[in-house]
Amino acid sequence: MPDTAPADAQDTMMQPGGWRSLVADWSSDQRAFKSASWGKAMMWIFLLSDTFIFSCFLISYMTVRMSTVVPWPNPSEVFALEIGGTSLPLILIAIMTFVLISSSGTMAMAVNFAYRRDRVRTALLMLVTAAFGAAFVGMQAFEWTKLIHEGVRPWENPWGAPQFGSAFFMITGFHGTHVTIGVIFLLIIARKVWRGDFDQQRKGFFTSRKGRWEIVEITGLYWHFVDLVWVFIFALFYLW
Amino acid sequence: MGDVADAAGAAIPHPDSEEDDLYHPHSWLTKYVFSQDAKVIGVQYSLTAISIGMVALVLSWLMRLQLGFPGTFDFIDPPAYYQFITMHGMIMVVYLLTALFLGGFGNYLIPLMLGARDMVFPYVNMLSYWIYLLAVLVLVASFFAPGGPTGAGWTLYPPQAVLSGTPGQEWGIVLMLVSLALFIIGFTMGGLNYVVTVLQARTRGMTLMRMPLTIWGIFTATVMALLAFPALLVGAVMMLLDRLLGTSFFMPSLVEMGQQLRYGGGSPILFQHLFWFFGHPEVYIVALPAFGIVSDLIATHARRNIFGYRMMVWAIVAIGALSFVVWAHHMYVSGMHPYFGFFFATTTLIIAIPTALKLYNWLLTLWRGDIHLTVPMLFALGFIVTFVNGGLTGLFLGNVVVDVPLSDTMFVVAHFHMVMGVAPVMVIFGGLYHWYPKVTGRLLNETLGRIHFWVTFLGAYLIFFPMHYLGLLGVPRRYHDLGQTAFVPDSAHTLNAFISVVALTVGVAQLIFLFNLFWSLRHGRNAGGNPWNATTLEWQTPETPPGHGNWGAAQPVVYRWAYDYSVPGAERDFIPQNDPTAVGMTR
Ligand code: HEM
Ligand SMILES: [Cu+2]
Repeated sequence: MPDTAPADAQDTMMQPGGWRSLVADWSSDQRAFKSASWGKAMMWIFLLSDTFIFSCFLISYMTVRMSTVVPWPNPSEVFALEIGGTSLPLILIAIMTFVLISSSGTMAMAVNFAYRRDRVRTALLMLVTAAFGAAFVGMQAFEWTKLIHEGVRPWENPWGAPQFGSAFFMITGFHGTHVTIGVIFLLIIARKVWRGDFDQQRKGFFTSRKGRWEIVEITGLYWHFVDLVWVFIFALFYLW
Repeated sequence: MGDVADAAGAAIPHPDSEEDDLYHPHSWLTKYVFSQDAKVIGVQYSLTAISIGMVALVLSWLMRLQLGFPGTFDFIDPPAYYQFITMHGMIMVVYLLTALFLGGFGNYLIPLMLGARDMVFPYVNMLSYWIYLLAVLVLVASFFAPGGPTGAGWTLYPPQAVLSGTPGQEWGIVLMLVSLALFIIGFTMGGLNYVVTVLQARTRGMTLMRMPLTIWGIFTATVMALLAFPALLVGAVMMLLDRLLGTSFFMPSLVEMGQQLRYGGGSPILFQHLFWFFGHPEVYIVALPAFGIVSDLIATHARRNIFGYRMMVWAIVAIGALSFVVWAHHMYVSGMHPYFGFFFATTTLIIAIPTALKLYNWLLTLWRGDIHLTVPMLFALGFIVTFVNGGLTGLFLGNVVVDVPLSDTMFVVAHFHMVMGVAPVMVIFGGLYHWYPKVTGRLLNETLGRIHFWVTFLGAYLIFFPMHYLGLLGVPRRYHDLGQTAFVPDSAHTLNAFISVVALTVGVAQLIFLFNLFWSLRHGRNAGGNPWNATTLEWQTPETPPGHGNWGAAQPVVYRWAYDYSVPGAERDFIPQNDPTAVGMTR
């Protein structure tokens, strides 16, 4: 999509300085963000709101972790896997994190090819991203099963504060839901890319809006966000 | 008008915009029921909000009956009373005011006032309404669920909200939390639309600093809601888990009926923080649209440009930002470090500065204006009076030492009803009288409107003003029955009976308004396109009520700010925003 440059001749002629120019830019005609389309702006604002949701979850988790009087289970022991006789702390989480971050890489490449209107590569890279995402969710499911087998429940666990299980299932569940939704969107949009919907401006089934290549980039924004959030969950839940 | 050589707009090339594919409905069903037109969605939101608001109104009568004439009505036992209080408070704040201001006024006015054809994502906007309706239905369902609706108070504080002593513990609390979560999801869908429409879909010439203050108010409130509701959502999810799965996010170890519960180690205060991180901004989520609308009502009906427009905008934004750092003033009695109390008291008092500034600007706008005491103007003036009243008592309650003895007394009830009950409701009425002609093409009946105003305004004062006094006496809030209390004199009971009688009268007066709404639909005076001679774009539509796409063949081009009233040298005493004449504020 052609990025519309802020070619506002008037504004560039009389340049006020400092704060005033900031305000003038923002409040200028028609659009506050000149190069952002409606969809992209909407995704950014949604992500801002979603950031607040995740922040509230994480802050709440940290609060209960501090308010409970029972000792907190040691994450590096709980999340260790026995592989070939040695217990490797956090190994599964490390792999999951690696997979998710790789998926951000493939997503970025997909966006790049979408800019070049390369249908096949874009679609393939989106499928790879979706596959990484699905692998992540799969490993998470494995981790959940393992912990449940070991007796971890939202309301109790064998090693200490019951809030451990509560926060774990709630936060990873909420994040995993985000990843799952992302995977579904990736699949739908990869299909549309493949079929050439965006070259023919085929109308959406529900919205009857013309399909636009830009949606790949918007999906990318979401995906990178979900990835970034994971880094915080990883740091605050597993490493603390 | 695509080729107008307008200095402000022409240089920007028409962006590769989604505007070109406006959705066109094909059947009656997609036009009026599953409509994607923001105007229809706005009306749907408003009607739903008013309907559920009526439920909350009836609940307030029941509470007043009990408070005024304790012991007379058997069916209002203590659990029922708590359920009434809770549902009344929550419905009024969230399902009526928030939905009506943002979903109702927002949907109707944002595209029209900005010269847009519709919201940016009409389909998502439509979903927003239906999810809101679902949230309302889930809430209503709790009245019929076994055990009835929750009686935890609108603040839903755990642990009591989850414990078996509280009415509605079985289903009520669950349905309430689910309904809130649905509301937030639905609101987010709409809210994203409002924000992006304001930021990215204005018509040519409509810079942010030319937007009517109504839009500034709704816009800022929506941004705030998008940042504040997450806290409530998270709180609701965690409490649901506590209630349904037996987690202990908010639940400390407890003994209930001699039994040690399975809960332990959670933090009830955490919920209070989450709730009020939402709850305080929520006050401004309903106040800021009211501020904006009142500014426009005053300017229009006093034929005066708004005094200090830029200041007004900055004040709105400043209030919005500050309101995120004051939440713990609701928690002074929950116990906190004195330094925190000091911090939150200070920030609370600082908010008074931009708020007072807005007040002075309204007064200066009125000063030597050509004031027409139309019904919308009466309500706008009523708003100013009640808001000042509530704001002043807010300064009392913002101070820790004053708040501690007054907390949980009728003084608090008086305060918040003045500031966020009566005041925004005044604006809603004013707004409805003002914009009804645009929605329907007919004016609401003036005489009925005046009766409605005076009964409501004076009545509201008679109801809530004496409550300050009751509060100072120490009459507690959320009490089913005062019983024999040494410090409450008999006269307080008489006063309570008086308040109840007035409350019922005011309630009946609202029926006049409802009647007016329906009656004027057919019999109201024909309004024409611009009955108030207003400048803003919604009054300049080619048709009234505005048609699909709002603007006929071409969107309007804006040449000036929204407040060119009584400009010296102009032909008429107002210059519409899309009028290219050189006089007035065209900069
Ligand atoms: C005719 C108008 C109204 C009357 C007569 C009325 C009456 C009452 C009464 C009697 C209470 C309970 C006081 C107590 O014992 O604690 C109450 C609580 C409350 N009202 Fe209203 N009210 C009215 C309108 C409103 C409006 C418009 C709002 C919107 C903000 C509102 C919000 C609340 C809230 C938040 C509570 C607190 C509920 C709680 O304690 O959990 N009310 N009202
Ligand atoms: Cu507050």
